[in-house]
Amino acid sequence: MLRYALPVLLAIILPINAHSLAPGEALDDIELEQRARNLSLEIRCLVCQNQSIDDSDADLAKDLRALVRERLVAGDSDIQIKAMLTDRYGEFVLLRPTFSGHNMALWLAPFIALFIGFFAFLRIIRQSKKNNPSG
Amino acid sequence: MLVELGHFALILAFLITLVQGSLSLVGARRQSDYLIGVGLKAAQIQCLLLTLSFMALVYAFLRSDFSVLLVATNSHINKPLIYKFAGTWGNHEGSMLLWALMLALYGAAFALFSKQIPLGFRARVIGVHGFMSLTFLAFILFTSNPFERLLPAPFEGNGLNPILQDPALAAHPPLLYAGYVGFSITFAFALAAMLYSKIERDWAVWVRRWVLVSWIFLTLGIGLGSFWAYYELGWGGFWFWDPVENASLMPWLAGTALLHSVMATARNGQFMRWTLLLAILTYALSLVGTFLVRSGVLTSVHAFANDPERGIFILLIIVVSVGAALAIYARAMRQELPSVGTNLISRESALMLNNVFLATATSTVFIGTLYPLFVDALGYGKISVGSPYFAAVLTPICVPFFMLLPFGPFLSWQKSLATQFIKPLLVAITLAALSVAVFWQIRPSLGVPVAFALLGAFWLIFGACAAPLARARLFETGWISRLIRLPRPLYAATLAHAGIGVMVLGIIGATAWREEVVVAANAGDRLSIGTYDFVFDGVQTHEGPNYLAERGSLRFLSGARAGDVLYPEKRVYQAERSQTTEAAIDISLMRHVYAALGETLEDGRRVVRVWLHPLVVLIWMGGLMMSLGGLIGLTARRAA
Repeated sequence: MLRYALPVLLAIILPINAHSLAPGEALDDIELEQRARNLSLEIRCLVCQNQSIDDSDADLAKDLRALVRERLVAGDSDIQIKAMLTDRYGEFVLLRPTFSGHNMALWLAPFIALFIGFFAFLRIIRQSKKNNPSG
Repeated sequence: MLVELGHFALILAFLITLVQGSLSLVGARRQSDYLIGVGLKAAQIQCLLLTLSFMALVYAFLRSDFSVLLVATNSHINKPLIYKFAGTWGNHEGSMLLWALMLALYGAAFALFSKQIPLGFRARVIGVHGFMSLTFLAFILFTSNPFERLLPAPFEGNGLNPILQDPALAAHPPLLYAGYVGFSITFAFALAAMLYSKIERDWAVWVRRWVLVSWIFLTLGIGLGSFWAYYELGWGGFWFWDPVENASLMPWLAGTALLHSVMATARNGQFMRWTLLLAILTYALSLVGTFLVRSGVLTSVHAFANDPERGIFILLIIVVSVGAALAIYARAMRQELPSVGTNLISRESALMLNNVFLATATSTVFIGTLYPLFVDALGYGKISVGSPYFAAVLTPICVPFFMLLPFGPFLSWQKSLATQFIKPLLVAITLAALSVAVFWQIRPSLGVPVAFALLGAFWLIFGACAAPLARARLFETGWISRLIRLPRPLYAATLAHAGIGVMVLGIIGATAWREEVVVAANAGDRLSIGTYDFVFDGVQTHEGPNYLAERGSLRFLSGARAGDVLYPEKRVYQAERSQTTEAAIDISLMRHVYAALGETLEDGRRVVRVWLHPLVVLIWMGGLMMSLGGLIGLTARRAA
């Protein structure tokens, strides 16, 4: 009984887990495959909670992985592929937000924070030197 | 009956916090030892009542009392006993009760173990803390009552999310909460200090141990959570830059900054304004973390997210308590504080830079986590901020931070000489370079970026060890006895700082050298990864306590492991109608062999995935070293 019931249960119950590639998905060209993997890490699986298409075994992720590889084989650049996906699904699909427009603050804020901190540090050091030139 | 008692104890605890908060603060103002005594007792009674209340809930879970709504929706008769127990906090209401219990435990611990602190100050801390408990107990009673009844009681419960049915995840929330909530004491200390007309540096001396305790728990909690994700999510990722993870990382980063700046403040009142602010913000970030996880405003892989109404209540708690704290802060900052000078090459300046980097990292994680909400609210549509962003931004912040880090422990207060560190650190960087050369021999395909990352990791490790060895004057007569008698804070710093290096080493191994094999296999097929050969012996079914499983066997064919078998599983939890993947991991210091069972293909072959995760175990060992460093720091009488 168990032997027959389990595969059926496994098939109908949705998995929670992540997996990555299925057999046969990988391209034979090692360089192209590496590009595909790197690119997949930056593309969000839209039906998952918070995973890239490289980590997910949802059907959509699988389709997108195939699509990315198809376009790579056809000779598209990484930027072209991302642009195509953004046209189709919106900016939400990119795990690395674009460096433009309303995302400027996101990219620049950490470095502004670092510079403010660093200048505050230098000021404190300089001031204490002024107050106590000998020491 | 016991359930009603638990509920009653909860209400009583809520009322007691009113007594605790008001009498302690009034007592402090009137300098009435009697009122203060009542306040301190109230903190202990509150703790007793909440323990009772929590026990009642645990009992309901253990007995599978499905007339309690919470038990019916989150438990199941067939669940193993340990998960019935841990299921108590595997849900919103229960975990909030655990949070409140932790809060009360810290309050009671403070009331009991702070006799060396003047009574007036104790009263202020416990008073503020009482009001903090009050807000949380109100939250539980009015929006998240765990004791609600369900009549008529169903015969069976809905069960607990199977990915939570795991030993690590049973222990994860209590550890994490012990960390988050511990910062409530730090927060109360800062407020108590500011409630005096003149701020003294004493509070920083007294608070140091409490900061350390919280930080240790938070470090362990985050480490355990990451380890759980590693083996439970099915492919060996250990950190996802997920909102829920970020929520715990923010207070950790801020707490780490606090734990450093408080040393300078405790010594001579330096950085008083900053340390006070940091103490407030660290707890604020703990609250924000809870808000993010509990309100469901952010989606995440750890989706226990809840409903927005509760989120608004938590938001209200944040706004009120942090707002009040900042108002008191603004008022207190009008007074003149003594400014103490320092030099570029000094312990103070090292601590300042530490705080610059850590504060920047904290704000980066904060901005990255909340930016999608912000952009969406402004009407620009939905964006994602994922791991590529955090990796891109945090790397240039971490590189200079880690380059400078080993200098810190060498420096003395006020003024240091370069001769103190030049020689030992030159030795350290030489050793680091040699280690990289050794790695290059083992893996000729290393590549320049990875080589530099390795250099950084070894620089952190050898640089950290250099400080105590140089202080003990290595190889000069009597160095061993000098080494043993070095001050404990130096040992603490060495272990914790080296832990960062060890962790970086683990991250490099697990990301740069990961190998992966995915095959569709029939029983009897062979596969190989790295230097290992396996034979796939097919899949058997077996029955667990509350699940059915398919169990694959993967037998090592060669090497020292020949004959050992890995059993990756796919489990179906019928009650909860969901499935999990249980990876099988062969553990050793140098690498993990990580196997997972995939789906069955149409032709009957089985997908098998095997990974090699070199050095990955160092990630959590590094975390343990940091916690251990914290523990040693805890035993030291003074900070540095």
